[in-house]
Amino acid sequence: MAETEEKVEEKQPKQPVDPNFVPKIVAFCCNFCAYAAGDLAGSTRTEYPSNIKVIRLPCSGRVDTRLLLRAFEEGADGVYVAGCEEGSCHFAEGNYWAKRRVKNAKKLLDEIGIGGERLEMFNFSASMFDKFVANAKIMDERIRKLGPSPVNVAAAKSK
Amino acid sequence: MIVAETKPIEEIYGFIEPYNKIMVLGCGGCVSVCLSGGEKEVGVLTSALKLKRKIDGRELEVVEMTIPRQCDWEYFDLMGSRLDEVEAVVSIGCGAGVQALVKKFPDSLVYPGLNTSFLGVGEKPGVWVEYCQGCGSCVLGLTGGICPVARCSKHILNGPCGGSEKGMCEVDPKNIPCVWQLIYDRLKSIDRLDLIEKIMDMKDWSTATDGGVRRMENPEVFALEHKQQEDKEPAKG
Repeated sequence: MAETEEKVEEKQPKQPVDPNFVPKIVAFCCNFCAYAAGDLAGSTRTEYPSNIKVIRLPCSGRVDTRLLLRAFEEGADGVYVAGCEEGSCHFAEGNYWAKRRVKNAKKLLDEIGIGGERLEMFNFSASMFDKFVANAKIMDERIRKLGPSPVNVAAAKSK
Repeated sequence: MIVAETKPIEEIYGFIEPYNKIMVLGCGGCVSVCLSGGEKEVGVLTSALKLKRKIDGRELEVVEMTIPRQCDWEYFDLMGSRLDEVEAVVSIGCGAGVQALVKKFPDSLVYPGLNTSFLGVGEKPGVWVEYCQGCGSCVLGLTGGICPVARCSKHILNGPCGGSEKGMCEVDPKNIPCVWQLIYDRLKSIDRLDLIEKIMDMKDWSTATDGGVRRMENPEVFALEHKQQEDKEPAKG
């Protein structure tokens, strides 16, 4: 993680980011862990950034490159995938597939010019609502530092 | 199977720069199997191009389509009139597919989205290796079914050479096995080591690309119109 945060420091926009900027972040959450953890965060009244849009998946292995890119197409500033801890996927290895796909999509995002650091993969179990909140905060903070996605910047300019 | 790799996005993006509406055409054949030109890859490439265009402040309309094969004429009919809607096509079929598309639709602008690499086999999930070079005169009968033309880095016909070490090739000792070691082991296992003692003559490369553009004719089917004419001729005897 530290490595990515360093990359984020490097990639910060030269102009200061608008302090009122609220990033749109999409979280693809596995039904058996992250989604349940998010539920638990709600039940325990633990607050997490409200700009995280959670999308429930049957398994983190459901994500593919197209789905991740599509989120950026639709205006997301950041995207993350949250799956079960490694070794405890409900479908045995869906989270490993997700991990590889996220890694691959990061490279593609770099190539496109959006930046791979806007995409991340997290692993935690259904009981770890604190981790759900912590990871949501990490992502929120990171995207706030990076500023709006280049796609959204261009869209705002053309308006 | 024909194995092909995706071109860098930047290169494809350069091809389509002047156009606002394009088609990304996938192929359901070999390139689908090697995960570079199928329906899913059409989707990914479409998204990538659209995103890059958005960053540049322009919109890109894309018609996504995948046909079962791009190297046979009849499958192009499945495209209907969709081709008329677009200014250019990015084909992620192999080189043959791209050219067939150009031949079928001479007025269309077609750009390749893949680098066609080799004839190969999926050795394990996600790994494809060159197995055949299409040299036009097969030597597999003498080598126990393992091809030295395609799989020896030097293409030597009477091996191994001095670069064979512990069964691997010196060109890339981690990934390339010495094919002459494989051939020896194989011939030994089928008790045909006598074959390795036969010295193969210099290879006649005229059957490969060195002999010019190759074609194949099936006498029963070749030039069907002409054949039908021939069929009408009275039978002898």
